[in-house]
Amino acid sequence: MVGIITYGVYIPRYRIKVEEIARVWGANAADISGGLGVFEKSVPDLDEDAATIAVEAARNALLRRKINPEDIGAVYVGSESHPYAVKPTACTVGEAIGATPNMTAADFEFACKAGTAAIQSCMGLVKSEMITYGLAIGSDVSQGAPSDALEYTAAAGGAAFLIGRDDPIATIHHTCSFTTDTPDFWRREGQDYPRHGGRFTGEPGYFKHVEGASRLLFEQTGKSPEDYTYAVFHQPNAKFPQKVAKNLGFTTEQIAPGLVVSRLGNTYSGASPIGLAAILDIANPGDTIFVCSFGSGAGSDAFDIEVTDAILQGKFRRDAAPGVEQLLKNPIYLDYARYAVHKGKIVMQL
Amino acid sequence: MRDVAVIGIGCTTFGEKWSIGFRELFVEAGALALEDAQLSGEKIDAMYIGNMSAGRFIEQEHIGALIADYAGLATHHIPSTRVEAACASGGLAFRQAVIAVASGMEDIVVAAGVEKMTDVEPGASTDTLTGAADREWEGFVGATFPGLYAMIATDYMHRYPLTREQLAQVAVKNHYNGARNPIAQFQQEITIETVLRSTMVAEPLRLFDCSPITDGAAAVIVAPLDRAREFTDTPIKVLASTQASDTITLHDRRDISTLDATVVAGKRAFKMAKLSHKDIDMVEVHDCFSIAEICAIEDLGFCRKGEAGKFTADGETALSGKIPVNTSGGLKACGHPVGATGIKQVYEIVQQLRNEAGKRQIDDAKIGMTHNVGGTGATVAIHILGRV
Repeated sequence: MVGIITYGVYIPRYRIKVEEIARVWGANAADISGGLGVFEKSVPDLDEDAATIAVEAARNALLRRKINPEDIGAVYVGSESHPYAVKPTACTVGEAIGATPNMTAADFEFACKAGTAAIQSCMGLVKSEMITYGLAIGSDVSQGAPSDALEYTAAAGGAAFLIGRDDPIATIHHTCSFTTDTPDFWRREGQDYPRHGGRFTGEPGYFKHVEGASRLLFEQTGKSPEDYTYAVFHQPNAKFPQKVAKNLGFTTEQIAPGLVVSRLGNTYSGASPIGLAAILDIANPGDTIFVCSFGSGAGSDAFDIEVTDAILQGKFRRDAAPGVEQLLKNPIYLDYARYAVHKGKIVMQL
Repeated sequence: MRDVAVIGIGCTTFGEKWSIGFRELFVEAGALALEDAQLSGEKIDAMYIGNMSAGRFIEQEHIGALIADYAGLATHHIPSTRVEAACASGGLAFRQAVIAVASGMEDIVVAAGVEKMTDVEPGASTDTLTGAADREWEGFVGATFPGLYAMIATDYMHRYPLTREQLAQVAVKNHYNGARNPIAQFQQEITIETVLRSTMVAEPLRLFDCSPITDGAAAVIVAPLDRAREFTDTPIKVLASTQASDTITLHDRRDISTLDATVVAGKRAFKMAKLSHKDIDMVEVHDCFSIAEICAIEDLGFCRKGEAGKFTADGETALSGKIPVNTSGGLKACGHPVGATGIKQVYEIVQQLRNEAGKRQIDDAKIGMTHNVGGTGATVAIHILGRV
């Protein structure tokens, strides 16, 4: 069976509090945090971008399970903040981990679900026996325009999943997608910040697609929410995943371990993958995990995953790389001025 | 002049109707009105459609013909006319329909209003609405509607004893009524705290002092009173239809806290109907902002200048008060699809007079009034309607 061979996460150490952003814009921090359920977000260092985060996550994955990187036949990086418009992030990652040159690579973009789309592509190549391992990464240094609602949550981070057949720590029993042309959130070439349709990103965007993909997966597998130990949903804020979980019939306990947005912010392509990683950090053999991502534009990918004995034994060593909880610890808080420098929001005179 | 009656009414639910387009909104409201009057389309002699800015909201002009076509009446070749007076477009469309029937020129006339506002971003809708003010003297120098009404509120609160809590009570009362109106955009009750804690929009007006951006359509059918019983057992007579204008800019007004066009149109309406404000059982006023309702109930004579805050706080404008104001929830809670609002006001009063207003029904309602404002008061349309 195809599954996850190993996984790794990277989250920059810097944070800014919602309170600090609200202070600068004269907004009510309590209302914003109360409305979003987000209190702080991660910020990349001066020299970090979606590529460096992808490399860190990939290296963390390979620390947990030693494989020959040359056996990685595909590297796909999903992001909406690829450092180059033309020149793949995936090649940088492939080179950095020693997987080049006998591999295929490409960058994916599907708003916040490009990472899970990459997992699906790797699954296809592994299942068809075109490759031994495929590396799927979701990584972003997401953008939010100054004072826009997005600025309070747009965060940085990524997760990498090595997909293969050889002794997986978690089997992916099934995946399916739900996709439509829905313009809820977009950024054109050359624009610095995305634009969005406000509340339109909710019901016709997030909820329609997450519920659509989730119900499709239940229909195709005959499973239901009570069949899962854990569930993770795309988490642009804390409210949306909590509401969609309730709508679908999942409990607060099922989603709690994978709901990291309150302390992390929305890592876009990294969001549901990091949520899944947070669950794998604590999961036991036999645990079942439901995953559903969401990308604006819009679509959702749902996954039916079951943790195997390999997560605790054999060649996989979970503690060889930092877990999500560890990466969230000991943050360095920035004020808005330093945050603006880190995010390149201050335009320098050449 | 012939007496005129409303013989049928229809209204869509109001809200952010993302999956429904402009023409579908209109067709739904029109079909409901025809069904209510048990009338088939070919009986219609003319249509007047209130619409402020389809050109900017959905990039569509020539609304009269479009609507006649999608109402299935293209082959009947009836006159179909768009009426525009910013947020008073609906009130004026109703007035044109009343005039057409009163004059004897037409018999069965549809007065409708429609606005599809959520196809553009919030910044674009705010700017489009600014077209209701003077673009050269107000819009280009940065004034928006929340800004202009904030100036009215600031002046009013400086001169009269209106507290912030009293102003908030307008929205609290309108949400209470909206929670009892199935077509309302906002169906939840709020508290004074909700208003006072909401985001500041233009000081002193906060988010909950402002009416929302809304999609919706409403339609009513008018006919000569002497033919009304062919269509309905409960015709509602149009007792007065008046309209007044004023300077388009706020700064050119004699007094920015008094809408003279409301005062004049109100007096004319009472005179025309041979009634006084004491005869009115409920009134739908144009509460685009909470301060607008405060000014309106004074300018119409329901309380003295400077006393509307206390009048509201004392519950005199509530469903059980001396003069229930905005039983529909008003623009604040019902929503404000600008071109449709004036027709929705008539829709609400007719429901009240027919004893069909459900949980917000005013006991023994006999006479009701509508007050529809364009811009900051440059156009006002007032109607008084009564049971026959």
